[in-house]
Amino acid sequence: MRWSWKNRSRRTKPAKPPEAPLSSLALAWLLAALVLAAAPHAVELPVWLSALFAVVAGWRGFIALRGLSLPPRGLLLALALLAGAGVLIDYRTLFGRDAGVALMVAMAACKLLETGGLRDGVVLVFLGYLLVMSNLLYSQEILMVAYLFAAVLVMLAAQALIHRPHSGLRGWAPLRLAGGMVLQAIPVMLVLFILFPRIPGPLWGLPKDAYKGRTGLSDEMMPGTVSELVRSDTVAFRARFAAATPPPNQRYWRGPVLWRFDGRRWSRHEELPANTPTPFVAEGAAVDYSVILEPSNRRWLFALDLPASLPPRAGMTASFQLLRDQPINEVYRYEMRSYPHYRTGELTAAERFRGLQLPARGDPRARALAAQWRERMTRPEDRVGAALALFREQAFYYTLTPPLLGPDSVDDFLFRTRQGFCEHYASAFVFLMRAAGVPARVVTGYQGGETNDLGGYFIVRQSDAHAWAEVWLAERGWARVDPTAAVAPGRVREGLYAALADPGLLPFLARGGGGEYEWLRQLALSWDSLNNSWNEWALAYGPDRQKEFLSGLGFGPVDWAEMTVAMTVALGGFGLLAVVWRWGQRGARDPVARAWQRFCARLARRGLARGAHEGPLDFTERVAASRPELAAPVREIGRLYALLRYGPTGSPADVRQLRRRVGQFRL
Amino acid sequence: MVAVLEDRLDLVIQQVGSTILGKERAIRLALSCLLARGHLLIEDLPGMGKTTLAHALARCLGLHYQRIQFTSDLLPADILGAAVYERQRETFVFHPGPIFAQLILADEINRATPKTQSALLEAMEEGQVTIEGETRKLPAPFFVIATQNPAYQIGTFPLPESQLDRFLMRIELGYPDAQAERALLEGEDRREILARLPVCMTPAQLHELQGRLTGVHVAPPLLDYVQALLAFSRQTSRFRGGLSPRAGLGLLRAARAWALLHRRGHVLPEDVQAVLPAVVGHRLHPSDDHLEQSSATLVGQLLGAVAVPA
Repeated sequence: MRWSWKNRSRRTKPAKPPEAPLSSLALAWLLAALVLAAAPHAVELPVWLSALFAVVAGWRGFIALRGLSLPPRGLLLALALLAGAGVLIDYRTLFGRDAGVALMVAMAACKLLETGGLRDGVVLVFLGYLLVMSNLLYSQEILMVAYLFAAVLVMLAAQALIHRPHSGLRGWAPLRLAGGMVLQAIPVMLVLFILFPRIPGPLWGLPKDAYKGRTGLSDEMMPGTVSELVRSDTVAFRARFAAATPPPNQRYWRGPVLWRFDGRRWSRHEELPANTPTPFVAEGAAVDYSVILEPSNRRWLFALDLPASLPPRAGMTASFQLLRDQPINEVYRYEMRSYPHYRTGELTAAERFRGLQLPARGDPRARALAAQWRERMTRPEDRVGAALALFREQAFYYTLTPPLLGPDSVDDFLFRTRQGFCEHYASAFVFLMRAAGVPARVVTGYQGGETNDLGGYFIVRQSDAHAWAEVWLAERGWARVDPTAAVAPGRVREGLYAALADPGLLPFLARGGGGEYEWLRQLALSWDSLNNSWNEWALAYGPDRQKEFLSGLGFGPVDWAEMTVAMTVALGGFGLLAVVWRWGQRGARDPVARAWQRFCARLARRGLARGAHEGPLDFTERVAASRPELAAPVREIGRLYALLRYGPTGSPADVRQLRRRVGQFRL
Repeated sequence: MVAVLEDRLDLVIQQVGSTILGKERAIRLALSCLLARGHLLIEDLPGMGKTTLAHALARCLGLHYQRIQFTSDLLPADILGAAVYERQRETFVFHPGPIFAQLILADEINRATPKTQSALLEAMEEGQVTIEGETRKLPAPFFVIATQNPAYQIGTFPLPESQLDRFLMRIELGYPDAQAERALLEGEDRREILARLPVCMTPAQLHELQGRLTGVHVAPPLLDYVQALLAFSRQTSRFRGGLSPRAGLGLLRAARAWALLHRRGHVLPEDVQAVLPAVVGHRLHPSDDHLEQSSATLVGQLLGAVAVPA
């Protein structure tokens, strides 16, 4: 036989250009993915930056469409500097969450104008993933997460097209490919989610501004603080009761306790939390429940009066306030036990002193009235009753929009305006009690909430924010008194909407059931139920929940080392499964192909790998040329394989011959 | 008998190779093209041996040879022939044109007007010509070698893509290497060598060899490979339009001829790869993104991108 291979080696190899340009298809997908990743930021970015990003994306698309050249370096540099300066001027810093995200969006825009080749494309893809993740700094709601999943899909499709420019993926095919990849990744994601050892607190430090702008209770109370807050129907927390939901008059969710009054402002007294529950005498049955708290950037946890247990990493102050070791910046779930009927212990001297503290001057009429009660009535209970009777019998109004108060705010409220929200009543009541010699304090928190029948849980919104009072009575200890209930009994029984003189100011979801648009309300509640499941199972899955879940599966107490082992085993299992699957595919091939692959693999280990496009005879000739001592067996194997694979009939004898020769082949 | 006939093919290659030095691969491609009943387009500068190749092939294969120099004033009738009135017999007598030959060298085909070009190309496609309502069969075998000069395009009519498609292969001869050039310079006049070339084969034997082509086995894995090549050419963004089914058929036919020429009863991926640049080079056009790439580069990318199924 004669072959003419010597000419064949002269075949022109494609000259690889220094960097392959991105195809317009890949660029189109990349643009779409980046716009998707950046779009949610438009809400908080300055308008000029959103506009810049949109214009640049459009410009880059136009360049690709018309085959124009990219803008010159100088222009890019100027644009980058200008954008950086713009961010600096707008935020007065380049650091922190907001400025950082703005800078990232600006730089992504500049990079887009520079992107011509594969390397730039890859850089942009990773920038895009970073942009996707940065959205989670603003919202982790289920809708946002679903949206980000879609953005990741498009980003993956763009990435596939960038890395495989000649894959021939057209139409929706890249998206299908990306979807397949995501589906394959889901088991790995679940294993990592469930088993990756959770650590308390954030995994990495986030800039301080990352948590700003959260509505919620404050640790100070002035006229107007609570009535501002109740105009928001944002969810403060959700709760799930183990047994029946307690009646409305027991739904007082305790928050910050305020001791100090300066004539206008109530503030906290710094109390160190203890790591055991503050003792009290419980009367009657306990209420068990779990709370799923929304991020508040505050340390306090809410519990029903009076809390008798401590969630992990939390402590309790002497005034029964729960505090966690770190601010709550993630959805946080904890188990609680409370006793609605209780008696607390003796009053310490320090508490008596703080509970009777009053500003040095001001509000003379209120003080005079209190002094009168003190003279007339010996029992503190009677003085409490007198104050409540004052609220009940005089023409007091419960309103979200009380008139402004003068410098003597308590006098002004009690004797002139007589219109106020719960903070006015709580403040005036505690003032009167202290002036009358009864130790008293203001308690803020939430009162009420509504049951979502769909999920069987309880929703407490910011609109349920409330302030009430506690007085210390010799027989009962600290006793809750809600002066608002004296003015507007419906506030506690039926909720705020029913009790207010001006309910139109309340947001839609805070208005309670039975009104107009009930179907819309039901829809909103269904959506809330979904959000609650998301919160309970995904966002609140912290270290405590993880331990609870794993021991619930029957593993008993699991520590982080065991979790790491389990995670490694599970991931290794997936890897093994993939290998076995590939092996199975391989084993399905015929013996000729297997023998040939074994032969090729053996040569590949010696640096003589068969090129994917190399035919059998080309390959064996090349091997024979570089290893002349192997020429004879290699050529024979090549001839046999070519004959069996491409010839008309493959006799079993030839197959055996091939397998034997491959088996005997030694390097 | 089988061996004898194929020995003769080797003889042809050897004899033609003694005339055109150092161009064995081009000769093999041209012969494969002929065996596959396809027509050949040679694109090269003047003086590279295009005419000599055609002449030597015709002589060794014992084919009746005609050369037509294409010029801008050449008319279809100049190629096909015309009926001429003969006074003695008082009738029109058909005078066949130069196309009535077995091997035709259409020199500088792009110099003629599209009308004349299409007259030739139609004859190539049909194997017959129709003049004044009368259809006349062209001789068999009928093999056209057209040449065109890629460098000087002024005053020419480049063949449109649809016409290019009628050529099974397009090859370039290129400069000879130093050794071949030395032998060429030392040797005697090419015309004398041509005149002395022995006839190695009869047209009947050539016809028989052409018939054997269908007997060359094509295994399913090879069809997989050919289909992968075609599919890739259609999917990739490098080419403006992929390979047509006609190109696929031509590729397989040429690969069979190449295998036959190498005395193999079955086609290997190597055979496909050997003829691929000649068969698809003139059928693939770079897409707008890859305009600067030559057809050789494009075909190289096509070859490199499609794996041979193991």
